[in-house]
Amino acid sequence: MKRIGVFVCWCGTNIANTVNIEAVTEAAGKMPGVVYAGNYKYMCSEIGQSKIKSAIIREKLDRFVVASCSPRMHESTFRKTAAAAGLNPYLVEIANIREHCSWVHKNKGEATAKAIALIRAAVAKAARDKELWATQIPVEHRALVIGGGIGGIQAALDIADAGFEVDLVERTPSIGGHMAQLDKTFPTLDCSACILTPKMGEAASHPKITLYTYSEVEKVDGYVGNFEATIRKKARSVDLEKCTGCGICWEKCPSRVKSEFDEALSMRKAIYIPFPQAVPNVPVIDRASCRWFTREKCGICRKTCPAGAVNFDQEDEVLQKKYGAIVVATGFDVLDLDDFGEYSYGKHPDVLTSLEFERILNSSGPTGGRLLRPSNQSPPKNVVFIQCVGSRDKSRGKPYCSKICCMYSAKHVILFKEKYPEAQAYVFYIDIRTAGKDFEEFHRRAVEEYGALYLKGSAGKVFPDGDKLLVKGVDSLSGHALEIEADMVVLATAIKAKSDAPQLARLLGISTDTHAFFMEAHPKLRPVEAHTAGIFLAGACQGPKDIPETVSQASGAAAKAIVLLSKENLLSDPCVSEVNESLCTGCLACIKVCPYSAITEKTIEEKIHGKALQRRVAEVNVALCQGCGSCTVSCRPGAVNLKGFTNEQIMAEVDAICL
Amino acid sequence: MRFSYYPGCTLKTTAALLENSALKAARALGIELIEQEKWQCCGAVFPLAALEIAPFLSSVRSLAAAKDTGEKLVTICAACYHVLKRANHVMKTDRDVCTKANNYLQLPEQYRGGTEVIHYLELLRDEVGFPTLARKVKKPLTGRKIAAFYGCLLLRPPAVMQFDNAENPSIMEDFLHALGAAAVDYPYRTECCGVYLSVQNEEIVAEMVAKIINSALSHGAEAIVDACPLCHYNLLELQKKTPQGKSTLPVYYFTELLEEALDLKDKVEEKMAF
Amino acid sequence: MKITRDNLCSSIVKEIAEISGENVAGCYQCGKCTAACPVNTVMDILPHQVLRFLQLGLVEALLNCNTIWICASCFTCAGRCPRGVDLPGIMEALRLILLRKRGFSRIKAGVIPRVADKGMPEQALVSAFRKYTR
Ligand SMILES: Cc1cc2nc3c(=O)[nH]c(=O)nc-3n(C[C@H](O)[C@H](O)[C@H](O)COP(=O)(O)OP(=O)(O)OC[C@H]3O[C@@H](n4cnc5c(N)ncnc54)[C@H](O)[C@@H]3O)c2cc1C
Ligand code: SF4
Ligand code: SF4
Ligand code: SF4
Ligand code: SF4
Repeated sequence: MKRIGVFVCWCGTNIANTVNIEAVTEAAGKMPGVVYAGNYKYMCSEIGQSKIKSAIIREKLDRFVVASCSPRMHESTFRKTAAAAGLNPYLVEIANIREHCSWVHKNKGEATAKAIALIRAAVAKAARDKELWATQIPVEHRALVIGGGIGGIQAALDIADAGFEVDLVERTPSIGGHMAQLDKTFPTLDCSACILTPKMGEAASHPKITLYTYSEVEKVDGYVGNFEATIRKKARSVDLEKCTGCGICWEKCPSRVKSEFDEALSMRKAIYIPFPQAVPNVPVIDRASCRWFTREKCGICRKTCPAGAVNFDQEDEVLQKKYGAIVVATGFDVLDLDDFGEYSYGKHPDVLTSLEFERILNSSGPTGGRLLRPSNQSPPKNVVFIQCVGSRDKSRGKPYCSKICCMYSAKHVILFKEKYPEAQAYVFYIDIRTAGKDFEEFHRRAVEEYGALYLKGSAGKVFPDGDKLLVKGVDSLSGHALEIEADMVVLATAIKAKSDAPQLARLLGISTDTHAFFMEAHPKLRPVEAHTAGIFLAGACQGPKDIPETVSQASGAAAKAIVLLSKENLLSDPCVSEVNESLCTGCLACIKVCPYSAITEKTIEEKIHGKALQRRVAEVNVALCQGCGSCTVSCRPGAVNLKGFTNEQIMAEVDAICL
Repeated sequence: MRFSYYPGCTLKTTAALLENSALKAARALGIELIEQEKWQCCGAVFPLAALEIAPFLSSVRSLAAAKDTGEKLVTICAACYHVLKRANHVMKTDRDVCTKANNYLQLPEQYRGGTEVIHYLELLRDEVGFPTLARKVKKPLTGRKIAAFYGCLLLRPPAVMQFDNAENPSIMEDFLHALGAAAVDYPYRTECCGVYLSVQNEEIVAEMVAKIINSALSHGAEAIVDACPLCHYNLLELQKKTPQGKSTLPVYYFTELLEEALDLKDKVEEKMAF
Repeated sequence: MKITRDNLCSSIVKEIAEISGENVAGCYQCGKCTAACPVNTVMDILPHQVLRFLQLGLVEALLNCNTIWICASCFTCAGRCPRGVDLPGIMEALRLILLRKRGFSRIKAGVIPRVADKGMPEQALVSAFRKYTR
């Protein structure tokens, strides 16, 4: 006979106010197999736990049930209690009489009856608990960082500084991300390149960091501590080792296309580095626009390269590497404005997105830092800035606040006025959101020192009118419809998740929210972890963020990754599925339902009546199995069982409740 | 190609020009437009109140009749298009109204928004195809600078009408290009002309029209083309009363240009000659 | 001005919400509707203010304003409203309260023959009648 103990917790008044503790304790004491039942105000406290421990010894308990809060809260606490008293930790069951009972009911009588039923179920399950043992899995001491913006760079540097190898994979030819495109940064107005380039250089020269630029992650298998990734290094057509970055090739190249880095405001060559401070400072050939690859003539770059670095025959390289942890830092995109025709964006060259405006402000940008109207290269006198374009817009855009545009619009006003003190800036806003250290002060400077006219309201439409832009809007505070003759209109365009984020999520087995931002494991308490163990999130790929926030989150993600990488071994959860081969018919229905690809087929040999027969059965890879239990319900003969949650246990619980 | 055709009251009276030219062109393009037998006025405005169903019923009758023949329902008047399409949308999405309307009408078969309502321009774009249309043009309007005017009813509300990109449409310009004309792009092409405000507040409408006409003129338009009898009236009549005085920009129905380009103008049609 | 819960939740406020099918709390006063409105210069209460007045429960002022008669139901505002508020539907609800409940008629006798003479399309007359009379 089993010797089961039941410990009922009051949770202060949380449970005790709605559940009659004494009645529950008494009823528990009479359940089959129960040899002891007691209660206490806070079972999870030191005192509560020592009460459990002494009862185990005194009453010779061989398993026990705690009737308390959700197992998510304290299952691990009570498992440790069991271990401390010499019991196998998997001989503990929790009956959740708080979230599932006292918190959701008002009637004390009914709540008490339900608490008793829940405990009866837990007791029935506990009676069938078996000892389980966690196994050890070794950890690969290397991290993979996907995305080489400021978030990815920071995470890579932190992990590398802790002494671990890091591979940093960036899709474009250079690391740097959006921050490299910015001119100056709020709220201090330091030049973006000046603070970013040293970090890029550091990442490139760090002995523990390997950069894979112009590369992509194609496949990820495995699990926490033991991921296996396939990385495709796209052919650069230029030898990274030989190239000196002299620039002769891109000077001579005759093929010109729009520069992605300059937001299509300037032209680049087919062989190019995206921007002067690019890391690595080695060009790539964009084969789609190169004459050699499209028309099989030219070859000028190869002829002129003094180092002989141009190599048209270079092929994509595919690498397979193992990692213990993965940091995702793939950043954001800017919303497409096709549905917002009223702003005349794309119709008139002087209507720009804020990111385009950054490029025009930037000294490495298309105008060499001279702020001029794209239409006629003249200095603008009146500039209208429109905030919340596509943000907070559930009809045509994104319902969320993009968070950074109030601040960067104030920055744009200041930078514009620094260049043209006599000019006028107008800013249409719905609300000003400047929560952040020194942020509100920065915004007020734009208003008070730089004389920007902030207009609470919206711009209805931008009418190109000769060489001017007529902006019709409203100042809702005064109740006046306004018309402003502007030379330039700058749209603070919403930022959104990268369009391929859902694909990457699928590849990594992590989830995205309704807007395709990667989802954190808990919005408050686990903001840098993905749902899948061993994968961490940094920067704007998880939600709109400015640089300080991106960097903080990146360091947080790095710290989590370091914790993981510094372990020699991980304990695996023993609550995984197992196949009873004698019952398995080999239908393999379980393989189809397993979301973690943890089940494979194998062939076994059996002797039946002295004859050796071969038979196909399912096999669970315990390292991959996450214990979700999908396979157990798919198996018709009931051959798959989840350890700790066997079919027999579940049925016993159901019976106990239905009693 | 065979379609049900809903003319609407204005096309039978003041806007006969629009209907005649459209039907002539359709015949020339090999499109059969079968006028519905017992159509009733669509009501000219879509009832915006979520309350009542009575104003819907005539539209629903026409929609249901088209469904019985299994044909798409073609309209030429922008207002009829607007009303029918929105009524259809309500029948498709609002179960409550749908049930009430069905109960009231007692149709042989329940109607749940199955008919597709299309405008004549969509017919040209999606059924005929602008490239085909371009090939059939006999007298291209080469060198003519024409401004398309969309107004409200075809485009808005965008979520329901789904006629074209509501803020930056191109169907009329593409149509003009197919006829060989040069389309003039100007920022007022999707603005409101003032609609029925002209019944009560002519001055307001005159001012709205002035902005549209002036914008088209300043972008080099030699004529303006529209798809709605009411826009047509406002643009044509009220430009004479604009604050700046009488501008005189010719105003055409889009079908008039179609007729001209297909070289059907002044030609007595065989059918009519009989 | 004194604001009370009774004003905020008066039966007429509810009625407007019911007729129009709109929740006025959805509006966050960005002003896009007003900025988009082609006739805003001749309105006495601007479109976004119509929503604000409703949020404040000030219905009588709206029933006495010229805005609801000037609104052309052009749907420009509704097409651009970031919160998906159907302002023309609300304007219609306000008109209907006057036309149906209070026996109001906006069209002056004698107007119709005058405009009909000018070749104004039927569509305009029918629309005007449906918008302006009971
Ligand atoms: C107009 C504008 C002005 C701004 N001004 C400021 C400012 O003044 N101050 C401030 O603090 N913030 C500012 N920001 C915000 C700042 O740009 C972001 O906070 C920052 O760039 C976020 O960094 P990140 O690394 O998360 O993303 P990103 O900068 O977007 O970097 C992501 C990187 O990942 C790469 N990548 C994406 N997908 C993959 C993939 N599948 N595989 C490999 N690589 C991939 C991308 O190519 C990119 O290099 C501004 C933003 C905008 C739009
Ligand atoms: S071969 Fe291609 S990249 Fe090289 S110079 Fe010619 S066009 Fe440019
Ligand atoms: S940060 Fe400011 S401008 Fe950007 S979406 Fe939020 S409120 Fe609008
Ligand atoms: S546009 Fe919409 S949200 Fe903005 S003020 Fe008008 S009704 Fe309100
Ligand atoms: S529907 Fe009315 S309020 Fe809205 S933009 Fe048109 S005229 Fe103005």
